Amino acid sequence: MPDYGVFSFDSKDEVLAKSKEFWNPGKTDFWIESGVPLVIDRREGYLIYDMSGKRLIDVHLNGGTYNVGHRNPEVVNAVMQAMQHFDIGNHHFPSLARTALAEALIATAPPGLTKVIYGSGGGEAIDIALKTARHATQRRKIVSIQKGYHGHTGLAVATGDDRFAKLFLSDSPEEFVHVPFNDHDAMHDALRAGDVAAVIMETIPATFGFPLPHPGYLETVKQLCEQYGTLYIADEVQTGLMRTGELWGISKHGIEPDMLVTGKGLSGGLYPISAVLVSERCAGWLTEDGFGHISTFGGAELGCIAAMKTLEICNRPETRSMVHYISDFMANAMRSIQARYPDWFIGVRQNGVVMGLEFDHPRGANFVTKHLYEGGVWAIFSTLDPRVLQFKPGILLHPELAEELIERVQVAIGKAWDEVRALPRTQRIAS
Amino acid sequence: MTDMIEVPIEAAGVPRAKAMLERAEWAARAFARYDRESVAEIVQATARAAAAAAKDLAYKAVAETGFGVAEHKVLKNLACSTGLLDHYRGHDYVTPRIDSEAKIVSVPRPAGVVFALTPSTNPVATVYFKTLLCLMTRNAVVISPHPMAKAVCAEAARLMHDAAVAAGAPEGIIQVVEEPSVPLIQALMTDERTKVIVATGGNPVVRSAYRSGNPAIGVGPGNVPVLVDATADLRRAAEHVITSKAFDNSILCTNESVLIVEESVADPLLRAMRGEGGHLLDADQAERIRTTVFPNGSFDTKMVGQSATSIAQQAGIRVPQHTRVLLAPFDLVAPEEVLAHEKLCPVLGVVRVASARRGIDVARAVLRISGAGHSAAIHSTDPQTILDFGAAVNVLRVSVNVGNSLGGSGIETNLAPSMTIGTGYLGRSSVGENLQPKHLLNFTRLAYNSDDTVPFADFAGLSPWAAPAGPVPSYPHASNVSTPQADPAPARSATVSDDGEAQLREDLRRLIIEELTNIIKG
Repeated sequence: MPDYGVFSFDSKDEVLAKSKEFWNPGKTDFWIESGVPLVIDRREGYLIYDMSGKRLIDVHLNGGTYNVGHRNPEVVNAVMQAMQHFDIGNHHFPSLARTALAEALIATAPPGLTKVIYGSGGGEAIDIALKTARHATQRRKIVSIQKGYHGHTGLAVATGDDRFAKLFLSDSPEEFVHVPFNDHDAMHDALRAGDVAAVIMETIPATFGFPLPHPGYLETVKQLCEQYGTLYIADEVQTGLMRTGELWGISKHGIEPDMLVTGKGLSGGLYPISAVLVSERCAGWLTEDGFGHISTFGGAELGCIAAMKTLEICNRPETRSMVHYISDFMANAMRSIQARYPDWFIGVRQNGVVMGLEFDHPRGANFVTKHLYEGGVWAIFSTLDPRVLQFKPGILLHPELAEELIERVQVAIGKAWDEVRALPRTQRIAS
Repeated sequence: MTDMIEVPIEAAGVPRAKAMLERAEWAARAFARYDRESVAEIVQATARAAAAAAKDLAYKAVAETGFGVAEHKVLKNLACSTGLLDHYRGHDYVTPRIDSEAKIVSVPRPAGVVFALTPSTNPVATVYFKTLLCLMTRNAVVISPHPMAKAVCAEAARLMHDAAVAAGAPEGIIQVVEEPSVPLIQALMTDERTKVIVATGGNPVVRSAYRSGNPAIGVGPGNVPVLVDATADLRRAAEHVITSKAFDNSILCTNESVLIVEESVADPLLRAMRGEGGHLLDADQAERIRTTVFPNGSFDTKMVGQSATSIAQQAGIRVPQHTRVLLAPFDLVAPEEVLAHEKLCPVLGVVRVASARRGIDVARAVLRISGAGHSAAIHSTDPQTILDFGAAVNVLRVSVNVGNSLGGSGIETNLAPSMTIGTGYLGRSSVGENLQPKHLLNFTRLAYNSDDTVPFADFAGLSPWAAPAGPVPSYPHASNVSTPQADPAPARSATVSDDGEAQLREDLRRLIIEELTNIIKG
């Protein structure tokens, strides 16, 4: 009987049944029907284990939350030691850990960012950034890209895809303008009236399958922002923390954003925390009314300590070099798999270990996800473009695990192709 | 604060050092596929960079550790950079070896990640030496220098890394721990990413290398007896022994420790040694040296690498200004006699013996105290004595008619030039030779059916290896950004021209010869 101390279950079936009953029937059923009946039990490094004992290499990482691995021993130690002294802290007062992390974040941030505001999750951090932009510019409009994704809180959800906004009657197109990605003219049209507070951009849109910004696109957007008095918010939740081979993906574009949002991986996968780094121009409300945004758990001190250790690990020269090795390895490996399935595995979008694998079927990545799961790999299709598999190797991946991963991926891609080829012709094209 | 929960805490620097091992694994993985030509270029460029810094780092090593002779360290640094390059020129640890007679192909397989410990006495030379051996054999190396010499070793490692990478080596192929500590060394020694430990240093370090559970090459200490028999060329013997003992103020494990001289030639030999800068102490003075160098019976590490005149002064003994070695006579070679122990300073014990046969017994006695498996020297023209000495004395190398400092380490003999002297089973080590490239790799043997009816294939001209196509790893540009594609094979066309190369090598060779001559002339 699986016994976890404060709770226990008789079986995995019991967990699934109660998950439907007490938690989320939609999600629970979805994964069972998708052929991914995963209930994560043991977890360590880049490995997770289903309750059945099935071992999986994690290349989803919960969007980069496990960037430095599950239960990274260094982060675990830091948090456990911190628990001898710290707790969440009191959000009203100046705090030891919040101050220390803020200083560490600013020291490693792109130039021009001078202050840190904390949240407890990515969505909250995005909301903080948008509120900050509105305060600083005294404008209401926010521009984001179609199929963008910035979280599910009040303002963040309105910047994203209609699927999540409309469900909760939270779309407000008059204030939240969506423009096509990689379209310079559309962006220019959206900004030219001079009434936009901020453009918010994921440096590479994750949930859209990591389509890469065309060379010069982000640079142009930043330039347009400057031209029209609009702020540029870099959403670095999935591209930060060395995943592109530099600490912040936006730095590779030479862009100095007005705000930068980080979350997920910042937690070390152990204690939730998110942060907005803002320029002096944006930071006015912190002086005008320092209580302007209140968050009991935002910048919880234990989270700050997890984040400080994680930031240190990510920013080591050894880590940066390893990401370059892993990135190089993955690029070569994918090229050789592509050469084997040129009509099926049609594209690789890659910037460091941020990767999207494109398949020639409207739901291609759904098939691949399933076969990967069967073959011992957990990687997720892109919710907003299921042709594309999100493929996110960890930044501390060991060479042997990398080789094992590719071995499994190669076989799974082949099996998914066999399945797709066997489909009736109509289903092969239809979505 | 309430009750503490037990949390294992890693010593400072350990996580970072483990990250080095992890990075080294990636680097080693890439390097293991390089072809011979690429490896040769990397080794050459790195050795050249090391040689160019030989003098600067020699002085810095003396400044940081406070001992040794900078001019002598220059020589060692050159011997361990371009000297090694010359010695191993033409050696090939990369290309598969084909033995059509035996129908076996042997494919070199590097160890992978080498964890190298380097001592304070030979800091830069050992970093140079181990690093170049690793590069010749396509290994990655993580260096943990002795804390007393950490800054100069880190500088040496970094400059070699940069030179290697500029010549096409993988990033991170050479790394150095900036803040070494005992717990850190323990952690890296036992880490499964360490594929072999190469330990040079004190006995505790070597023993713990062998205890680590990982493959290890560690060597024991020296305590070098030198026998001068009645048949020796006394003038030359005197010159060799004094020069060798004075070399780098005697901080090498190969420096002579006890001179054993046949009674019939003792006086003329000691007279000749005085002419070379040896100063013979009387019984009272020898006693003062005992209490100064071995206060309370154990060696005072403050004496390491101090000059003879400085030691004499501290012992309250007046000696001529040109004194290079203090000669301390005594009678019984036994553990309680401190002068029979290893002395990492220019104090040479002197024992008179009735015959060469007795000399061999006394040499055995010296090595019972310490230094088994290491080295000894003999000055003699009688082949039977030389052979008997070699067969009886518990060492694995004997320098014959040459100083042992540079003889045992292969610089003035044709032994493999080495800063790591294998002490073999006599000295509790896995290696009995001077450490050399072949110790850092294995071979995969492709062994054919020995039956004559099964043909052996033609492997001539085939290679499993390749030159890198550009920097390793390539920078992670976004995949939709067209970059100036694969900078052509690194450095190959951009290095110094052959003429410049030849000139540089000629200059270095001249420099080495000059240094050697100066040392020998004293």
